[in-house]
Amino acid sequence: MPEVGARFVQMEDELASMAAIIGASAAGARSFTATSGPGFTLMMENVGLAAMMELPCVVANVQRASPSTGLPTMVGQSDMLQARWGSHGDYGIIAYSPSSPQECFDLTVRAFNAADQYRVPVFVLMDEVVGHMTERVVIPDADAIPFRPRKGPRHAPSERPFLSYAADADLVPPIAHAGEGYKVHMTGLTHDERGYPAMNADAHEVLVNRLVDKIRLNADDIELHEELFLDDAETVVVAFGCTARSAKHAVDEARDEGLSCGMLRPITIWPFPERRIRELIEAGKVKRFVVPEINLGQMRREIERLTSLPILRLNNPGGQMPRPDAILELIRS
Amino acid sequence: MTTHEHIRETTANIHPIDKLLRADRLPHILCAGCGIGTVIHGYAHAIAASGIEEDRHVCVSGIGCSGRAAGYVNVDSYHATHGRALPFALGIAVHRPELVVTVISGDGDLTAIGGNHLIHAARRNANINVICINNFNYGMTGGQVGPTTPVGAKGTTAPTGSAEAPFNLPYLAKATGAVFVARWTILHVRELQDAILRSMQKPGFCFTEVLAPCPTSFGSANQLGPGVHEVEIYRQRCVVDNGNPRLEGLDIDLIDENKPITVGNFVDVERAAFGEQGR
Amino acid sequence: MDVSRAQVPLGRVHVIVERCKQCNFCIDYCPTSVLEYSPDTNAKGYHFPVVSQGKETACVNCRFCDLICPELAIYTTEVEAEQTA
Repeated sequence: MPEVGARFVQMEDELASMAAIIGASAAGARSFTATSGPGFTLMMENVGLAAMMELPCVVANVQRASPSTGLPTMVGQSDMLQARWGSHGDYGIIAYSPSSPQECFDLTVRAFNAADQYRVPVFVLMDEVVGHMTERVVIPDADAIPFRPRKGPRHAPSERPFLSYAADADLVPPIAHAGEGYKVHMTGLTHDERGYPAMNADAHEVLVNRLVDKIRLNADDIELHEELFLDDAETVVVAFGCTARSAKHAVDEARDEGLSCGMLRPITIWPFPERRIRELIEAGKVKRFVVPEINLGQMRREIERLTSLPILRLNNPGGQMPRPDAILELIRS
Repeated sequence: MTTHEHIRETTANIHPIDKLLRADRLPHILCAGCGIGTVIHGYAHAIAASGIEEDRHVCVSGIGCSGRAAGYVNVDSYHATHGRALPFALGIAVHRPELVVTVISGDGDLTAIGGNHLIHAARRNANINVICINNFNYGMTGGQVGPTTPVGAKGTTAPTGSAEAPFNLPYLAKATGAVFVARWTILHVRELQDAILRSMQKPGFCFTEVLAPCPTSFGSANQLGPGVHEVEIYRQRCVVDNGNPRLEGLDIDLIDENKPITVGNFVDVERAAFGEQGR
Repeated sequence: MDVSRAQVPLGRVHVIVERCKQCNFCIDYCPTSVLEYSPDTNAKGYHFPVVSQGKETACVNCRFCDLICPELAIYTTEVEAEQTA
């Protein structure tokens, strides 16, 4: 890490890893940690702190078969809902779900930029199959990698007190870091624009709504998905991560058989690409969804709340990928 | 010498050290007779005496009454989650090694929920100064006993007295690798300020325990009376033993009037601080 | 040390009345017992410290009351310094 001007610290546990990357972020660092399953749960306390303090950071969670220790080193997609709802309270986050090694690289770059743009914790929600996959990866020259710096203060520290939580029109406040002279105060308590504790329901409502809305209202700019043959598809397979690789194979074979099907792959698993799914439903072509996932129905719930159309599911709680022929069978059914 | 017949007190609106405090937030939320304010005050004086620009000082706290310290000091300050002040501070110290990072927090925050982080920050000799305010209980949540409650002392969760052996914090800090270890009380205002100042000037993990009264919770559970009565125990029973005494024997017994409470700057040794050897 | 030439500083006590919570630290631990409680109270109902009758020249500006005050409600200055400043 020092070769590229970065620092690595082997922390004592995941509570500490998460706290340390938030502290480093407070000092201006782009910071990152990685974990799997139980470690992600340990990080959840401070995911809430990062959300509340609005300190950008990136966490990769390579999902295993869960709950608890489950099947370590074996595949799962069990943390989709934990990623969104894992810490207590309401707040917004972003989670990217790569389905190839190249995307692991590209989406991690995107994760850092999104974290800085929206001042939120951002997750790279891999699964074990993608995490352990070997494929060709193209890493561009450093200056060709998109870099979006954080929005800093627009006045000198001496001019007037800096308001750490006075948001712009995009609902994101500019950030000042430790050592820059702005004498910021940041707390996990409900706080006012100065960052000072504000122990009342009115301040809480303003703050928590903004923490949710800065992602909710910017979702169209954040959301990413890949689609295949959706223009005329009557059966739409929705799949993410490694599962999307099986799904794509099944959809290709089904099209060869002349079946009217397509695939939608959420790349941002959060915010979930619900606008596109609503459009497909409103267009009236889609007759049903097929949802394979390596959990017992976490993504299905997201689709169920958007539609009353039939949802054919293919679930296992972890340890194996869904086979393409099993998905194909559902498309044919 | 000029003679002055009648020098009465004058009424003031600000304190000379106010610029280092978030004076617009005073009076603070801490109870009458609580010692935490004295420690915040001492930290501010140590910043002024350090000769290090205010902008290079950072204060991090955890949760609890002592965890409110960061909210009252006018430097870059962070009020982290319960027990996690040290790893949060480590992130700052690693990214900006030129900053002087001080963690002010309580005994419960630093040694119970944060105990693992404490021993590892000391082990790796992280460039962090810890001011651990020890009031022998969880004051904010109603006086539960914790890892520093002396044997026999009462709390809401040990109404007949704590049966567990407490941590001896200077011994713990030394054993796990701190390069500076001190214990003072809020009565030892100048010694405390000097210990904080020494921590600010010394690279590596520096640990100062400060005994402080908690009249509302610990004091009332143990019939110690108002805060000033607990301070009086310190005055009567503290023995200063600077240098390097046998730290094993430094347990605190607030009940037995015959037992001394040893205070002092116990450890001041050199060891490469975290990051100095490059990684 | 030439005792005949040694000068004991003379201090003035300043009180920030509204910060005081009546903890007693300054009154109990003033080395020259300068302070006592005012009969008056501040807005929160606390009696704040004042200089006792007969102790008007007893403060030596040792600053102990200042340093031990948890509320930053009291400090002292040296009277000589005030005049030459």
